Amino acid sequence: MAVGKEIKLKIKSVENMQKVTSAMQMVATSKMRRSQDRMREGRPYSDRIRQVIGHLANANPEYRHIYMQEREVQRVGYIVVSSDKGQCGGLNSNLFRALVRDMQAWNDKGVGAQLGLIGNKAAGFFRSVGGDVRSVLAPVGEKPVVSELIGGIKIMLDAFENGEVDKVYIASNDFVNTMTQQPVIKQLLPLDPEDNDSYAHRWDYIYEPDARQLIEGLVARFVESQVYQAVVENGACEQAARMVAMKNATENAEKVKEELTLIYNNARQAAITQEIAEIVGGAAAV
Amino acid sequence: MASMHCDIVSAENEIFSGEVVMVSLRGTIGELGIRPGHAPLLTGVQPGAVELTFEDGETELFFASGGFLEVQPGVVTVLADTVQRAEDIDEAAAEEARQAAERQLADQAAEFDFGLAASQLAAATAQLRTVEELRKRRR
Repeated sequence: MAVGKEIKLKIKSVENMQKVTSAMQMVATSKMRRSQDRMREGRPYSDRIRQVIGHLANANPEYRHIYMQEREVQRVGYIVVSSDKGQCGGLNSNLFRALVRDMQAWNDKGVGAQLGLIGNKAAGFFRSVGGDVRSVLAPVGEKPVVSELIGGIKIMLDAFENGEVDKVYIASNDFVNTMTQQPVIKQLLPLDPEDNDSYAHRWDYIYEPDARQLIEGLVARFVESQVYQAVVENGACEQAARMVAMKNATENAEKVKEELTLIYNNARQAAITQEIAEIVGGAAAV
Repeated sequence: MASMHCDIVSAENEIFSGEVVMVSLRGTIGELGIRPGHAPLLTGVQPGAVELTFEDGETELFFASGGFLEVQPGVVTVLADTVQRAEDIDEAAAEEARQAAERQLADQAAEFDFGLAASQLAAATAQLRTVEELRKRRR
């Protein structure tokens, strides 16, 4: 039957699209589990190293490393953690919006910004809008490893040491739960070790070989672990956001399909009715 | 026998956590054997084996490719590196990221355009909002 052929084709194409989105949803679901594990596994290290640095700052208060010194702010640095791929709802654009708002606030005070980008989406965004990009790590891949992140981090650390930037922030998404991801901009440098430690001032470490060297290494590792943690957390956010987005898309496709089927059936019924009417009309005329 | 808590963690996962009676490893300036009650100590860890001795006399070996050792009264923490680290390797990685940035800068507008950024983001937000609206209306 000729009638509704276009509608049938349309239904078919919506069906195909639905297959794609539901496959993507399933892939994202299974990847999300793995990326959440990765997020959890990294936590002990960043907690421990934070403790050690806290102890160190308390045990040896007369020595303040450059990373712990507050300076007057003339330029700020951002490490922007984004995903490699889209199809994950507003994850990246929410983050960029928060970031741009923050940059704008600094800009109003006459403070410029340097950028260290991680992920294809950040690279793409700043390619089109401009900005003082100092390092790019893209793509990050699904299994980020610390060794791949070191380069970008080192550039920011060096810039901080040389006085090119006076604060370093990290902009990434915080994993609240599967449905909610929160863009956050956290201060990375200068460090602010918490002071409420029961060990305070009662003892000091034995340092081998010496305090300065150790604290330098530790602080660099700490920053690396913070960035790594942000990257894996952002990865978990990406998969969760994609899962939700694809679930919505699949449901929408289902609805569209239902509507189209209804229209198709209507059209078919109308055609049949018309044919019968014509036959009856024809018979009556004879 | 007295025991102490030992944690070995790396940035990518937790390697060991539990009670031990002795930790031996290579520190920056020599071999170390840590027993319960050791004075607070902070030192670098050389690439090599970390040997843990448990209360029942069993031992377990781990490999650390560097990192840090912290000894607190009753707690030993090994912050292990997962990768071989050296200044030149870090420098090479930094150079790579810098070059990527230069490539990026070559085909982008140098000055950050707040207006353009805002309008792009507004467009993305509007799209999302439209989708949201459509969903609501369908229901």
